[in-house]
Amino acid sequence: MNPAAFYPTATDYLRFLPELILTIGGVLLLVLEALTGDNKDKSSLGYLAIAVVLGAMFAVPVALANPGTSFNGMIVSDGFAAFFRMVTLLVGLFTLLCSTSYLSREKANTGEFYLLVLFSLAGQGIMAASNELIMVFLGLEIASISSYVLAGFLRDDKRGSEAALKYFLLGSFATAFLLYGISWIYGVTGATNLVAIRESLAAGTSGNSMAVAAAALMLIGLAFKVSAAPFQAWAPDVYQGAPAPVSGFLSAGPKAAAFAIFLRIFQTSFESFSSRYEPVLWILALATMLVGNFSALWQSNVKRMLAYSSIAHAGYVLVAVTTNSNVGTAAAMFYLAAYALMNFGAFAAVTHLAGRGESHVTIDDLKGLASKQPVVAGLLTVCLLSLTGVPLTAGFFGKFYIFKAAIDNHLYWLSALGLLNSAIAAYYYLRILAAMYMHEPKTTDHPEPVPGGIQLTMWFSAAGILTLGVFPGLVLDYANRFATFVK
Amino acid sequence: MTLEAFFFYAFTTLALGGATLAITRRSAVHAAISLMVSLLGVAGLYLLLNAEFLFVSQIILYIGGILLLFLFVIMLVNLDAGRGLRQFHQRWPLGAAVTAIAGVAFAILWSRAKLPPSQTMPDVGNVELVADTLLQDYLVPFEVVSLLLLVAVVGSVLLARKRA
Amino acid sequence: MTHLLPPEFFTATVPLNAYLILSAILFAIGACGFMFRKNIITIYMCIELMLNAVNLSFVTFSYQFGKVDGQIYSFFVMVVAAAEAAVGLAIILTIFRNRGTLQIDEIDTLKN
Repeated sequence: MNPAAFYPTATDYLRFLPELILTIGGVLLLVLEALTGDNKDKSSLGYLAIAVVLGAMFAVPVALANPGTSFNGMIVSDGFAAFFRMVTLLVGLFTLLCSTSYLSREKANTGEFYLLVLFSLAGQGIMAASNELIMVFLGLEIASISSYVLAGFLRDDKRGSEAALKYFLLGSFATAFLLYGISWIYGVTGATNLVAIRESLAAGTSGNSMAVAAAALMLIGLAFKVSAAPFQAWAPDVYQGAPAPVSGFLSAGPKAAAFAIFLRIFQTSFESFSSRYEPVLWILALATMLVGNFSALWQSNVKRMLAYSSIAHAGYVLVAVTTNSNVGTAAAMFYLAAYALMNFGAFAAVTHLAGRGESHVTIDDLKGLASKQPVVAGLLTVCLLSLTGVPLTAGFFGKFYIFKAAIDNHLYWLSALGLLNSAIAAYYYLRILAAMYMHEPKTTDHPEPVPGGIQLTMWFSAAGILTLGVFPGLVLDYANRFATFVK
Repeated sequence: MTLEAFFFYAFTTLALGGATLAITRRSAVHAAISLMVSLLGVAGLYLLLNAEFLFVSQIILYIGGILLLFLFVIMLVNLDAGRGLRQFHQRWPLGAAVTAIAGVAFAILWSRAKLPPSQTMPDVGNVELVADTLLQDYLVPFEVVSLLLLVAVVGSVLLARKRA
Repeated sequence: MTHLLPPEFFTATVPLNAYLILSAILFAIGACGFMFRKNIITIYMCIELMLNAVNLSFVTFSYQFGKVDGQIYSFFVMVVAAAEAAVGLAIILTIFRNRGTLQIDEIDTLKN
């Protein structure tokens, strides 16, 4: 062995720059948290965290400008990775913007929250850029472990700790399946590098049925992480019980990163037997859409309803994954970006409206919102219309491209059933709209002013939704260009 | 029976027996001790597979670290006070049947698999080999794991510390 | 001498498949326990059992390929299991403080 061959070059670090910035920023925050007194206002640490995320966002193009693998093929910097890094960082930025005021309201404003968000983002970035199953696993674990803690961050809150527990138990159960699948793949191919696995499987020297079984095990693990039915049971409880900004974070960020590794693993490594897992994905996609949409119909708690809706949206993305094509991948990328905007916009509104102790989270509490707080109601309406898939919003084009990709790949039944599902989904989004616009307010008390961070998030997501709804090419062209993987 | 076979079956009995007891004992302390037996059995198998470093890690890290943490928490929450409570799900025979079928299917899969002949490891010490590979090929995962441990430290202190 | 056990010890009478079958059975036992235990701590022990099965299969493959990579993965899994255990047991402690129970079916505040 020649040790000199293992010294990383400067380019290696540049390809890994966003995660490096997040990690260093997080450690800095940890030190500063310890240095500031216990009773000081910790909002300034939140602003520092926002600066760190912005810095990481600027580092994403730097990483993209140096495409290729680094550190012995552990990490790959390509357009696909850059896209998902950007989406998760955007979600992280929103989370930080919404949580300073939220944490002050709940009297739990400590620096640890911000640094856990940063570390979780670093984990998601590693997931998006990993080119090796061991990095996939470690990135996933960093993102997950910090998310478990974030879900239970308000540790005196019964709901929060229950959410953390369920997330933790089912998350580690899923990890065990993923790992078992990884160990089998290693056993069959002798490799954990995604490209090497692909080559070994394509050469056909190794037992194919074992590889299929391994892929099935990994599929179970990943299906848990993206909350696909029948492995979705944790999602409603976790999103309902976690603090509202964390629910928004979990429903958009880690899910996008999980889809990123899903797409990368299945389209890079397992492409040689795509016809074997396509029917499974077909059923998974349909079941996820049905379970999400039908359960959402009966919910009275807005957070729980949004949780089921996020399951349904995972189902739409799975339709795109089922196509197993570059068009489908691009559609999934576009959809996940649009979904991050619209879903987080909705959760930002909920964060504000829930009030102290999150005591106002039912649909009844939203009655008459349009007359009390017309701006919040208006911005929430944009997000909900986009989640429904109304034209001129990002959600419309997201669904359009997904079903177009599905039809191009001859998945007619799945497209038809998916469209039927989005029609069902319209009902429960309209229920919220009806409550906001067609009812009188229950109480006449003066509404609290909307904190600046939440306002910024809502305006930004609404603007993003409308921009993508008119000029979808802004993101779609990029997605189309980078929907191919290094092979 | 060769010496290797003898030890394989002995360790297998420990691993399987411990595992079975761990999921069937009512008392949490007993379950933890049975889990320890199972982990010891697997540690012995590591020795048979020439993985001395992992054999030691298994004992220090798993049994000395993780299991002790389990026992510690069990004492802290005085779990055995709840021994009389229902310990098993009502529909456990169904779950057991499903997992038994899955387990047997996996086992059959592997008993039929034709593994290519084993290669021999380079003839240097196992710890040396692990160190070389870990700190050269797997340097980045090794560093990333330290981030993971930092997250775990911050998270567990945050959740478990006394209220201010 | 590079190994603790002398080379004469290994006569390859036990095929590697046996190790893999054992790993599969251990994994199934763990998954089974995860599904039907009621106490959170014992449920979490079952996950440790599953991770242990994963490690056994990694080490077996490592032996078979004559490469140490599998042992490294196994080592990472152990470290991650330790990190998970620390966080998980902290979560379990907060649950116990808030509710005074660790029965999974009594932890059901979250529903519609």
